[in-house]
Amino acid sequence: MSDALKELGGLLEAKRPDCVLNWDIAFGELTVNVPLSAIPSFIEFLKADKACKFSTLVDITAVDYPSREERFDLVYHFLSMYTNQRIRVKVAVREADMVPSITDVHPSAGWFEREVFDMFGILFSGHPDLRRILTDYGFKGHPLRKDFPTTGYTEVRYDEVEKRVVYEPVSLTQEYRQFDFMSPWEGANYILPGDEKSDEAKG
Amino acid sequence: MDPEDGERMMDGSKDFNDTQTGEQKIRNFNINFGPQHPAAHGVLRMVLELDGEIVERADPHIGLLHRGTEKLMESRTYLQNLPYFDRLDYVAPMNQEHAWCLAIEKLCGVEVPRRGSLIRVLFSEIGRIMNHVFNVTTQAMDVGALTPPLWGLEARENLMVFYERACGARMHAAYFRPGGVHQDLPPELIDDIETWANGFPQVLDDISGLLTENRIFKQRNVDIGVVTEEDIQNYGYSGIMARGSGLAWDLRRAQPYECYDEFEFQVPVGTNGDCYDRYLVRLEEMRQSLSIIHQAIAKLRAPEGQGDVMARGKLSPPSRGDMKRSMESLIHHFKLYTEGFKVPAGEVYAAVEAPKGEFGVYLVSDGSNKPYRAKIRAPGYLHLQSMDHVAVGHQLADVAAIIGTMDIVFGEIDR
Repeated sequence: MSDALKELGGLLEAKRPDCVLNWDIAFGELTVNVPLSAIPSFIEFLKADKACKFSTLVDITAVDYPSREERFDLVYHFLSMYTNQRIRVKVAVREADMVPSITDVHPSAGWFEREVFDMFGILFSGHPDLRRILTDYGFKGHPLRKDFPTTGYTEVRYDEVEKRVVYEPVSLTQEYRQFDFMSPWEGANYILPGDEKSDEAKG
Repeated sequence: MDPEDGERMMDGSKDFNDTQTGEQKIRNFNINFGPQHPAAHGVLRMVLELDGEIVERADPHIGLLHRGTEKLMESRTYLQNLPYFDRLDYVAPMNQEHAWCLAIEKLCGVEVPRRGSLIRVLFSEIGRIMNHVFNVTTQAMDVGALTPPLWGLEARENLMVFYERACGARMHAAYFRPGGVHQDLPPELIDDIETWANGFPQVLDDISGLLTENRIFKQRNVDIGVVTEEDIQNYGYSGIMARGSGLAWDLRRAQPYECYDEFEFQVPVGTNGDCYDRYLVRLEEMRQSLSIIHQAIAKLRAPEGQGDVMARGKLSPPSRGDMKRSMESLIHHFKLYTEGFKVPAGEVYAAVEAPKGEFGVYLVSDGSNKPYRAKIRAPGYLHLQSMDHVAVGHQLADVAAIIGTMDIVFGEIDR
């Protein structure tokens, strides 16, 4: 399995050197990093090429790394039912970048791209119908970004007086619990309360 | 008399166009299918544009059952996240847990002991039958038959009893754990599953006798919602939606996980790719699952099938006996259920052949005790997406038949 993937990775790099930044095989899965400019053409190539035939789009998703300048990793998974292989294509995307939609190549990308837009706020150019998909009508914000709180900003309830559902800011009866699992033996940098000046006293 | 009324007088001054009222102008009709509709299989709101009774456009609005599972998972430990998977496709819960366990095991490099693996196969197939018997019979209800769901749900209830006897819960099992399954099965349960499996073909024959040659059932399903091989590729179909059209694609066979490679089973395929073929494929798959169940039971009873059901190590709790005697075990137990285990950094995609199709988990770990990102790939999401493509040109009543045969469950689609 791994040999075939190595062959495939080498083949992709040889055939489309302009598109493939690098590739590696980890846990028996082939990951190819490509630049944003390669997006529609490389995926078209993957679908059309006789040796690849990655004709099934399995998944599109994103991962948020707020500390990076290219904040998001856009991750595509493809499957070939003909060669029985899978491939993962990753693109680093800035927050302001527009990503070309691949709905022309894979019609099934429509909802996945809507979901990525909904959850991360990544915009897709050329998408026929880029609406929110999973969140509420009129929802604000992009929930799967790391800076979006798990509780959200608004909560809903049925108001008996107004006889309708009302939106209100979230009020928590108890603070949302964030446990600190960092082990004190593995590099945690604690400052004990009242001990802030110990270094100044020493030095 | 109002002067404006006078202008609308039918005196022929407007070429008699004024006799044509709004009602006579033919226009398409938009209706809301759902969100509260018994044939929508959950909270599906679908905006349908109809020309008479013919569907011209279908726009499914999903997300009414969105619970933010993926966001919640980012702030919980790997073990705490496991029960969320029962709540995705709540028709066959253990199959979803399976994908999560496989993803973690792939990252950690843990080998599941043989008995644990066999139990997983056994309960995956029980889940498959649970799902298919539910789907086949409720789809029959969508097209007008009332008896099949009564019979099907009785069979399903028996299977839930096996779930309960294995793990204590009828549906939300949390039975598959990273490294194996939580508890071993008592021998009486294995005997009872075998007794049930011997009697189940009769139930299948009964259901099939009601439906397969039923004139009304065939009129409502044959040549409805035809899926071609091109559609399968374009819309990312998997599972029955692909096999119903003659593409023998089954992850259990194509990319074997667990110990499916040592089981003998056939992959049934359809020929026409319509709703009726998918019904037939589901029926046959239940018979194949029964055969796998019999094989798994035989293997569980064989001497090689004995032993532990979980890989003992960091991922699994110590035995109760050890905890009473060993301080280390007690600490391990405490740390496992509070802090949880840490998973090495990396990213994996693990997929299983769930009853509805390819159910996958894309897991990104940063080496801590919580997933950095977990994406759940549900088969129903892609199937429902193609509703606009499949339903256009069909009658309104066929929409219910197509939704039924696509096997839509909102737990996994909305997440």
